[in-house]
Amino acid sequence: MEELNKINEEGLEVLTKQDFVSDQEVKWCPGCGDYVVLAAVQSILPEIGKKKEDVVFVSGIGCSSRFPYYVNTYGFHGIHGRASAISSGVKIANPNLSVWQITGDGDSMAIGGNHFIHLIRRNIDINVILLNNKIYGLTKGQASPTTPMGSSTKSSPEGSIEPPFRPGLLTVGAQGNFFARVLDTNPKMLREAITEAALHKGTSIVEVLQNCVIFNNQVHSIVTDKANRDDNQLHLKHGEPMLFGANKEKGIRLNKDTLKLEQVVIGENGVSIDDILVHNAKNKDYTLQLMLIHMHPPKMPLALGVIRSVDAPEYNELLEKKMAETKAKSPFRSMNDLLFSGDIFEL
Amino acid sequence: MSDKTKVVEVADVVIKFAGDSGDGMQLTGTQFSETSAFTGNDIATFPDYPSEIRAPQGTIAGVSGFTVHIGHKKIHTSGDLADVLVAMNPAALKANLKWVKRGATILIDSDSFDQKNYDKAGYKSNPFKDNSLVGYNVVKAPITTLTQKALEGMNLDIKTVTRSKNMFALGMLYHIFNKNLEPSEKYFEKKFKKNPVLITANKKVLKAGFYFAWTVQELDVTYKVLPLKTTESGKYRNITGNVATAWGFIAAAEKSKLPLFLGSYPITPASEILHELSGRQDMGVKAFQAEDEIAGICSAIGASFAGNLAITTTSGPGLSLKSEAIGLAIMTELPLVIVNVQRGGPSTGLPTKTEQSDLFQALFGRNGDAACIVMAASSSADCFLYAFYAAKMALEHMTPVILLTDGYLANGSELLKIPKIEDLPEIKAPLAKANDSDYKPFKRDPETLVRTWAVPGTEGLRHRVGGLEKLDVIGSVSHDPLNHQIMTNFRMDKVQKAAANIPDLVVHGDKNGDLLVVGWGGTFGGLLTAVQEMHDEGKKVGLAHFNYIMPLPKNTLDVLSKFKKIIVCELNMGQFAAYLRMNFQQFEFMQFNKVQGLPFMVSELKDKFNGILESK
Repeated sequence: MEELNKINEEGLEVLTKQDFVSDQEVKWCPGCGDYVVLAAVQSILPEIGKKKEDVVFVSGIGCSSRFPYYVNTYGFHGIHGRASAISSGVKIANPNLSVWQITGDGDSMAIGGNHFIHLIRRNIDINVILLNNKIYGLTKGQASPTTPMGSSTKSSPEGSIEPPFRPGLLTVGAQGNFFARVLDTNPKMLREAITEAALHKGTSIVEVLQNCVIFNNQVHSIVTDKANRDDNQLHLKHGEPMLFGANKEKGIRLNKDTLKLEQVVIGENGVSIDDILVHNAKNKDYTLQLMLIHMHPPKMPLALGVIRSVDAPEYNELLEKKMAETKAKSPFRSMNDLLFSGDIFEL
Repeated sequence: MSDKTKVVEVADVVIKFAGDSGDGMQLTGTQFSETSAFTGNDIATFPDYPSEIRAPQGTIAGVSGFTVHIGHKKIHTSGDLADVLVAMNPAALKANLKWVKRGATILIDSDSFDQKNYDKAGYKSNPFKDNSLVGYNVVKAPITTLTQKALEGMNLDIKTVTRSKNMFALGMLYHIFNKNLEPSEKYFEKKFKKNPVLITANKKVLKAGFYFAWTVQELDVTYKVLPLKTTESGKYRNITGNVATAWGFIAAAEKSKLPLFLGSYPITPASEILHELSGRQDMGVKAFQAEDEIAGICSAIGASFAGNLAITTTSGPGLSLKSEAIGLAIMTELPLVIVNVQRGGPSTGLPTKTEQSDLFQALFGRNGDAACIVMAASSSADCFLYAFYAAKMALEHMTPVILLTDGYLANGSELLKIPKIEDLPEIKAPLAKANDSDYKPFKRDPETLVRTWAVPGTEGLRHRVGGLEKLDVIGSVSHDPLNHQIMTNFRMDKVQKAAANIPDLVVHGDKNGDLLVVGWGGTFGGLLTAVQEMHDEGKKVGLAHFNYIMPLPKNTLDVLSKFKKIIVCELNMGQFAAYLRMNFQQFEFMQFNKVQGLPFMVSELKDKFNGILESK
């Protein structure tokens, strides 16, 4: 029997991060970015308004997919690529559960790509954390669908010739309504994005650019290194201008002639703060959000934070409504009603 | 009735309706069988349609057929050869003549028997002139013209008129078999409620056919199949195997008090289960059409983890795709039913034809030592019970169950004696109790080796399961060598121990004697009919038909020991025979195998069995 915590004014147990730490020894490599994500998730779970037994973590296969073993909730460690399908079943079977899916770039972009896009298309209320280290770690260093072109890996020793997926583009292409991109080097941003994802109704995708110290060390250094992070990271906040640089002196502007985004310096060439785009994550039209997802160094900074967060009908809400309507119209209340419906013959 | 007409009583009759895919033969056959059931006959039906939706009109590839077997005696199959063939065009005649008894009545729409259609059907010469129809009672009726005449003045478009001609043929059949028109008339009233002109039109054509048949000289003898003499009187309904399967699961959900979840991907011939359950939102069924076969089963595994009665439905190629996930359900020891409506294989094979060649796949088609319960339904109607029992076995033994049906059972229909839900056994899933301080994910019942089921949302029982090997009792990840041996033993033994809850094998016919016929699954009707007939002829034969394959019934050895010879009959190249040899090396198992996309014919079975009996 578990010991109960304090009860708050609403009669709910007051939870702490410690409630979500399992008794399993965490077996990721020292310095792995996954540790940061685990700590961030454990620290926000007490704040999402769910009882600890109503939280489920589902994963596929890969380093990051060991995640559920380390969170003290109900957990399901599935098979490679199928986490989206398993988590869909969990959530449809019991919509009251808070369902989390942990996946990697191999798990969700390669073997599980089909399930990933269909989960998003259906908009089932599942929080997906996609740990993108742009490499196969658990199988020891092959190119993944997000590995940059030209990368030398065990399966592409002469350099990869395949253009990589951008998970954000895939998400929006699959009619996704929530996409955030964050870095494992910024726990605060990580916590904020994951909290927003948890509160969002519908499928939410949080892509964490995560470092694999063993097989792909420093793959994200162009954005994470101290030397260039101010110039190569654009932290987006809904309703705020898109500013970056050490002193927030730079901004993103839409060039009305080329219809492309460009970076400008405020005060130079007559650019003022009024020329800088203001981030609208809630805009249903994804045109600008797609342009933001697509930006990357060295020409442009990498857009981070919640890029898209749009309200749309959620799968289980639609399903429950349909079921209630159908039930109200139907003459069948039990199996007997069904068995004796239609043509019956007396022999 | 005309007094010229002589009425002959027959015990049973097989009628085959055949025409172009668009000729409405499935509906015509269904109407004839329903009307026969209304008048108290036992029935079995079998549709036989091409895998193309509309193959070129008039060609052999486009022929769609529907066989109806009705009887005063108990009917177990859709029949070997037809007593009556309805052929709406030359292709239908050409494709089906080999399935018709010598001397049978062949009713043709003479309007469609022209040179153009002979060419399309590939007739080299006119079958009416080259003696190929000598010995048959051929009834040439200008069905198209007479249908047009019957509908004259109704201002119907030509398409509607042409589409009604199947009802003319049906009317003629009702005359030949002294059936009442009323059930079909009631059907029109219901079906065309929103379009009353079609009620009138169909009634007119049906009647026109009925009265036309009266005037046909070749039909001066009509037939009557008296109502079934049954020891099991009661209420019956006509049901296909796929609908019966779907309903069996709904009954199991009601009995187990668990919500029913289906994760499935469309595939012939299993899709009707998905359709039927998708239409049962009113009864709380959640049917999830997944993006592929793998997502179908994985969503079901997720739903099972979350505490639903979870099932997935597929056919052969789909089962291949689900293999890895079945292993996951075996490893996590979660209840799950996988229905495989078998069709001709390998690969895409014969999607609309029946076969039993997925037995090895069901038994062995996974990585690792991965046993699960394997069951098989043996008639369209008993798909209801076996679906129910598959769910019961899965829930009570915390294991995946593969339920094998086949295209013949799935699309065929017969009368189901409507069971009383109260009479079905209880289903008690081993759900763990909230805050049970003794709960451990892999703690087992010492008798059955079944673990308890702690469902998310239950207080105090948070735990993790997954595809990695787990430590005995505790459930944490374990790579310990000895532990893997222990857990593998538990998983295998747990399935064997389920034998305690399966009924003994029943032997039909002689309980001991010269020849034991062994079968499994959908061949039951044909094997039973053959064995019963031979038993009635004084031969010492028995039939042991298996519905439970993994584990085998406890008395299997005993049954096999009572006969001099054993022959295993199956619609594959000998998979069950090989499985029996593996389990019972002391016996010699002869084989009778057929892979033609067709069920066994009673006559070929009897020939084979008699040959064996004579060869001693």
